[in-house]
Amino acid sequence: MAGHFKKKQAGTKQEVPTSAMPDVVFMLLFFFMVTTVLREVTLKVKLDLTKASNIEKIEEKRLVSYIYMGPERLPGNQVGEDKVQIDDAIVDDIGAIRNLMYEKLLLEPRLIVSLRVDENSEFELLSNVTKELQQAGTFRINYSTKRED
Amino acid sequence: MLLKKKKREGAEINGSSMADIAFLLLIFFLVTTTINVDTGIGMVLPPPLDPNVEPPPIRERNQMNILVNAQGLILMDETPVQIGDVRLKLKEFIDNPNDDETLSVSPEAAIVSLKTQKETPYRIYIDMLDEVMGAYKELRDEASRANYGVEFARLQPDSPQRKQIQDMYPKKISIAAEEN
Repeated sequence: MAGHFKKKQAGTKQEVPTSAMPDVVFMLLFFFMVTTVLREVTLKVKLDLTKASNIEKIEEKRLVSYIYMGPERLPGNQVGEDKVQIDDAIVDDIGAIRNLMYEKLLLEPRLIVSLRVDENSEFELLSNVTKELQQAGTFRINYSTKRED
Repeated sequence: MLLKKKKREGAEINGSSMADIAFLLLIFFLVTTTINVDTGIGMVLPPPLDPNVEPPPIRERNQMNILVNAQGLILMDETPVQIGDVRLKLKEFIDNPNDDETLSVSPEAAIVSLKTQKETPYRIYIDMLDEVMGAYKELRDEASRANYGVEFARLQPDSPQRKQIQDMYPKKISIAAEEN
């Protein structure tokens, strides 16, 4: 019986092997590096999002395509008229949105169009863009807003 | 000399600081990446209208006309209301608990028609849409809690329960710019 107690005491000098620690951390690192999307669009329009309280999150970020609407940014901290920006370019011809969005829809049939609209822009522009989206067949839309506290 | 060389062969690189370096990198990426989740009001647009096909007739009592002008003044079925009262009035219209002759026949038949002027700022339009969404959310939550004891948002996606509540209160919202 005495032998049993001695055996237990011998275990006090054990150490946890830490040689695998860097591997674990590197795995985590790679996971974060791969999952984060760093691609940011340079905004050519001024954008202040409005707030709403009854909102939902878009879980599938891959499906989302953005349309930006707001006053155009001009050199010298000035702003011009309300413009529409898709991807990296300003679209002057509203009628061209139809084809642009239709091509995106062909690539991703479950496309969600997120409309990021400046809070002071007028409804008419949004209404015209919405009509184009209807023609393109991209019916799932999302009015992007911030959360109201 | 010979003895010294043998000693060198047995030397090892201390790898314990590797973990620290990796942790530093990890923390750097954790801090710098902003996982900004896109939030907003989701909608499904109706297909474009065919000019050759007459739209189906809608009974007057099933449709709630909301008009918002550029100053943010609201008309609900020709009566002016404050934005704080919109939600309650909408819930009453959709649910119609007292079987009022002027309100919707049933929640399934209710249509909310939102009309704004062309000059209306986006902010006012979203405030209005937010109230409409809020009314539907409260109704769905009430129904969900009564039937399943949980809020609507907690029901599993694509579950029959969720489908049933959605069918009970379908969001029929029509949005248009006022022609003038």
